[in-house]
Formats: sequence, structure tokens, C-alpha cells
Amino acid sequence: MSAVNADFVGRVFTGTPPYVASRAKIAEFAAAVGAEAAVHVDPAAAQALGYADVVAPGTFAVVIAQRAEAEYIQDPAAAIDFSRVVHANEVFTHHRPIVAGDQLHTAVHVDSITERAGIAMVTTRSVISDGAGELVCEVTSTLAVRGEDS
Amino acid sequence: MTTLTTAVEKGTELYLLTRTVTRDRLVRYAGASGDFNPIHYNDRFATEVGLPGVIAHGMLTMGLACATLTDWLDDPADLISYGVRFTRPVPVPDPGEVALEVRAVVGTVDPEAGTARIDLAVTLEGTSVLGKSQAHVRLH
Repeated sequence: MSAVNADFVGRVFTGTPPYVASRAKIAEFAAAVGAEAAVHVDPAAAQALGYADVVAPGTFAVVIAQRAEAEYIQDPAAAIDFSRVVHANEVFTHHRPIVAGDQLHTAVHVDSITERAGIAMVTTRSVISDGAGELVCEVTSTLAVRGEDS
Repeated sequence: MTTLTTAVEKGTELYLLTRTVTRDRLVRYAGASGDFNPIHYNDRFATEVGLPGVIAHGMLTMGLACATLTDWLDDPADLISYGVRFTRPVPVPDPGEVALEVRAVVGTVDPEAGTARIDLAVTLEGTSVLGKSQAHVRLH
């Protein structure tokens, strides 16, 4: 028996306050992942490519998605023991790059919970939209949760 | 800085790069990402949960690989998607460093859609650490 509550499939979590992307956080993340393109740190370089401000690296949305996923994962009724969690896979689908100044709303969809050999695979899809309601990025993440007996 | 055109051919190697990972980088990534799981900085904790020692964040490995591609492209908006499976942990010694090799090869080309799939193979001492590491990019 998996401890993870499969009744959560289909639920959508939207209670996380908007995330405001800043130049400082984008620069910090770019340095951490070794993204050296000027568009991540230099507003003039970003504007030369047609962006309003500095552009976030391609995996920056994980910061926003994981913050929002916490509303689901930390819900006691979801029964996800985070000490038994391993990140299994991650996919980013970009509709436009995230730029500094974006105010981003995230809806976390619990897409599937399946179990095999005592390991529950929990897949969420975080849909990130901007202040105008336009789709910016979708982040699909699968966590493997080991059961009590495995 | 490069722009890929629809003339690009399947199987073309775009680049082969090395990225080193140190404990310093793990701490930096923890702060930048907000992922403060102690398995990424505390040897005692990592060993207690059955790991060989401190390991890199899977999302750091993915982020490093993604950055090689977006740095190589002219415009970061040409990255349409990127996905991976986390297949092997990357232990990071102290003292010391590990070298991840990132090899980018054109996997498929779809001239009608104007897109290509780029396979970003990430290896540690010859062993793959990411599965199905595939990006889709816009062609010009």
C-alpha cells in the first residue's frame, strides 16, 4: 500500500501568492547554473534582443514551480513524506521567456499518482501565467515516493 | 553565439563542453533555487539516508546542461522545451570537484514545424547521469 493519497489526482492548487521575478534573483540563478549569456544580467543586452528586461535561464521556472508545489506536497492530507522523495523527472515547456518584472501566477495540477513495487510516482504540472493571464511556462515534475516497506 | 537554421542535419554534434561541480557550487545553487535539502551539503545526513555522500541537486545538473545550450544559442527564446529523467546521482567530493561532460547532438529536425530536437548527453566519467535529456529549439 502506498501512503500517498491518490484522491488528489485532478486537484488544482492556486493558493500561492504571485512570484515577482527580479534582476537580482535571475542573476544569482544564472551564476549558479553557469549561464553566462549577457541577456541574464545586462538589461541593455536583453533589450537589444527585444526583451523588456533581463531574461531568466531556461530552468529558472523550477524556483517558481517548487514554491507553488509546496501547497500540495505539504498538505498533510496528501500524505507525501518528503524524506522519502526522489526527483524522477522534470520537463519545462516555454511559451515565452521569463523576464525581470514579471508577476507570475502558478496553478499546480496533480496530473497522476501511480504506484508500482511500493513506489508512488506523483506527477504535477505547474502552469505559470503572467499578470495579463497569458501562459508563460509549464513545468511537469515527477516525484518518486518510497513506501513505508520499501 | 549561434542561430540554428532548418538546414541543420540530424546527427550533427553542436558542441562538447565540460562543467565542473564543487561543494561551493552546490551551496550557490541551494541559495539561488531555494532547495535546501541537506543531502546537497551535509555529508552526515546524506550518509544516514543511504547515499555515498553529498550529491548534486538533479536540477543543478539539468540547469548546467540547459545553460550550455542557451549560451550557445543567440536568443534564449529559441529554447521551446527541455526535459530530463534523473537516472544517477552525482556525488560531489570534499575536497575536490567532479567534471560533467555535456555533448549536444541534433536528434531530429522538423523543417515544417521549424524545430529541432537537441539531445544533451550529460556524463560523469563516461557514465550517463540524465536520461532522455532532450531539448526542442526553434530553427531560423
